[in-house]
Amino acid sequence: MPLPSYTLGVIEASAYAPEVFARGLPSSLWSEQQSEGRVEPTGSVAAVASPLLSLQGIGLSFGGVVALADVDLSVRPGEIRAIIGPNGAGKSSLINVISGVYRPDRGHVLLDGVSYAQVPTQRLAHLGVARTFQNLALFKGLSVLDNVASGLAYKVRSNFAGQVLGIGRSRGEQRDSLSRADQVLEFLDLTAVRDRLAGTLPYGLQKRVELARALVAQPRLLLLDEPMAGMTASEKSEMAVFVRAARDRFATTVVLIEHDVGVVMGLSDRIAVLDYGRKIADATPDEVRNDQRVIDAYLGVASDNEDGAGI
Amino acid sequence: MTAISSDFPSAPALPKWIAPVLLLAFAYGVVPLIGSSYLFEAILLPFLALSLAGVGLNILTGYAGQVSLGSAAFMAAGAFAAYNFNLRVEGLPLIGSIVLAGLAAAAIGIVFGLPSLRLRGFYLAVSTLAAQFFVQWALTKFSWFSNDSASGVIDAPRLSIAGFALDGAIGRYLFALTIVAILTFLAHRLVSSQTGRNFIAIRDNETAARIIGIPVLKTKLLAFAISSFIIGVAGVIWAFAYLRTVEPAGFDLDRSFQILFIIIIGGLASMRGAFFGAALIVVFPLALSRLGGFLLGDLFDSGVLDMSQRIVLGALIILFLILEPDGLVALWDRVRRRLLFAWQST
Repeated sequence: MPLPSYTLGVIEASAYAPEVFARGLPSSLWSEQQSEGRVEPTGSVAAVASPLLSLQGIGLSFGGVVALADVDLSVRPGEIRAIIGPNGAGKSSLINVISGVYRPDRGHVLLDGVSYAQVPTQRLAHLGVARTFQNLALFKGLSVLDNVASGLAYKVRSNFAGQVLGIGRSRGEQRDSLSRADQVLEFLDLTAVRDRLAGTLPYGLQKRVELARALVAQPRLLLLDEPMAGMTASEKSEMAVFVRAARDRFATTVVLIEHDVGVVMGLSDRIAVLDYGRKIADATPDEVRNDQRVIDAYLGVASDNEDGAGI
Repeated sequence: MTAISSDFPSAPALPKWIAPVLLLAFAYGVVPLIGSSYLFEAILLPFLALSLAGVGLNILTGYAGQVSLGSAAFMAAGAFAAYNFNLRVEGLPLIGSIVLAGLAAAAIGIVFGLPSLRLRGFYLAVSTLAAQFFVQWALTKFSWFSNDSASGVIDAPRLSIAGFALDGAIGRYLFALTIVAILTFLAHRLVSSQTGRNFIAIRDNETAARIIGIPVLKTKLLAFAISSFIIGVAGVIWAFAYLRTVEPAGFDLDRSFQILFIIIIGGLASMRGAFFGAALIVVFPLALSRLGGFLLGDLFDSGVLDMSQRIVLGALIILFLILEPDGLVALWDRVRRRLLFAWQST
C-alpha cells in the first residue's frame, strides 16, 4: 500500500471513530440483542454475552477497487459463524483484516472489547486468535508434530542457549509443547502421520494439520479461511465434524469462510453473506436460505428477468 | 498413509548417536596414529575449518532461509578479532580469545543481518555482499587490525591450551577437531530445539510464522548472530591452525562462494551436508591435479589446473542443482538404503 493513502487511512479512521462509536456500537449491540431475542429464543445465554469479535464500519479498498464497504459483524462467544459470498466478494479480505494482515481504510476491529485500527499481527497469538490459510501455509520442512508444536512457539520463554544446553525452563517447555501437540494430533486423528514431513502429505491431510496447528494454542477465536476448499465431499463432511468437535472441546469461537453452501448451512450457527464487499444478509442458516437478496446474489435460481430488459 | 516411507525397510534400530561417536573415536584414536603430515596440513585442517564454516552458513541459509554471500567476511572478522584479543589482552587464554572472536563476528553478523528484516532472497544476498567488501576493506585500510605489519600479513600466535603446546600438525588437528566437534554438536542441538523450528518456520512461510506468534525479526537476527559466531570461529581455525598466517586477501568473495557451494553440494539444512560438501571441495582439486598430472604430464600446469577446477566445479554445481537439490547427503542416504535393502533381501 503506498504511503500517502496509508496515512490518509489513519486520519480517516480516527476521524471516523467517534461517529462509529456514537452511531454504530450501541445501536448495533441493541439490534443484535433484539434480533437474537426474536430468532433464537433458546439462546438466552449467548444473547446476553457481549461479542467476542465485532467489526464496525470496516472499509477497505485496493486502489480504486473496493474490497469491503462499511461491513459490520458481531460474533458471539462459542458460535460458529460463517461468512459466505461469491468469488471476489471480500471474504478473504475480511479475514485478513481481522487477523491484521490488512489494515482497513476505515472502521475498527473490536477483539474482546479492545478496539484496534489494525490488529497487531505479531500479538495475534497472545490475544487468543489463531487462523488457517486459504492456500496451505504449513512449514513443509518440519514434521507434522513439529508443525503443530510451533503453534505454541509464541509462549516459549526460554532462550536459545537454554534450549541448546537443555537447562532451565526449556526442557519443561519442550516436553509440554510436544505432549500438547500430540494430544491435538490424536484429537484430529493425525497420529499416524505424526513424524511425516508436512509437505509430503496429501492435500486434505495438510488442511487438517493446519487446523491442528491453529488449535494447539487453544485459541478463543479461530479463523478458518476456506478450510474445505479443494476437498472431496467426504473429506468436507469429515472436516465439518472436526470443526464442530473443536468448538465443543476447546470452547473456541469459530469464524469460517467457505464456498460450499451446503456444508456451511449444516455447520454454522449464523451466516453473514457478502456481495461486492457489502454485507447483504446476516442471520441463521434457514433465514439466509430464504433471503431473496442472497438468492439473487449467490445461491442462484432462474432469473425473473431472462430477457435482460433494462440492462 | 505410510506408503511412501515403507518403500524401503527402515535402517536397523541403531541409536542415532552411534555413527557420530564411532567417527569421532576414529578421528581421535586412529587418525593421529596413521596420518601423514600431508594429510593433516593439506586435507584435514582445511576440511575441518571449511566444514565448520559450512555448518555456520547452513544455520543461516539452510535452516533459516536467509541467503548470505558474506561468509568469508565473518571468517575474517573472527580471525582478526582473535588475533587482536590475543595480542592486546594480557593473560587472556586462547579459548577466551576464540570465544570473544566469535562474539565479535556475531555482532558484525547482526549489523549486516539488519537488511534481512526488509529484504528477501536475491536482494538480501546482494546486500550481504556489503559485508564482504566492507570488512575486507576495513581490515586492509586500518593497519591497526594487523598490528601495523608492513605487508598486512600477520603470523598466528602459537596454539596452546592450559600450557599444553599444540604446535605440530597433529596438535593443531586435534585442536581444530575438538572445536569443530563441540560446535557442531551444539548446532545440532540448536536446530532440533524450538529455536531451530522457528528458523525453519520462517524459511518455509514467513507470514504464517508471524501469525502464529513466532518473533520473526528477533529470530532472523538470532540466526545471523549464531551463524556468524560459528563462521567466525571457523575463521580462527582457518587462520591459526591451518594457514598459520592471517591476511585479509585470504577471505575474499571466492571464499564466500566456496562456502555457499559447500552447503549446496553437501545438502542444505543438514549438519552432515556441510562435512560432505567440504570434503568434496577440499579433496576434489587435489584429486584433479593428480589425475591431470597423470594423464597430461607437464602440459597440466597450475594455470590449467586452476581453470579446469573452476569448470568442473561449476558443472558439478549445475548438475547438483538439477539432479539432486538435496545434495550429497540425500545421495548418500539413498545409496545406503539401497545397499541395506540388497543386503537384507539376500
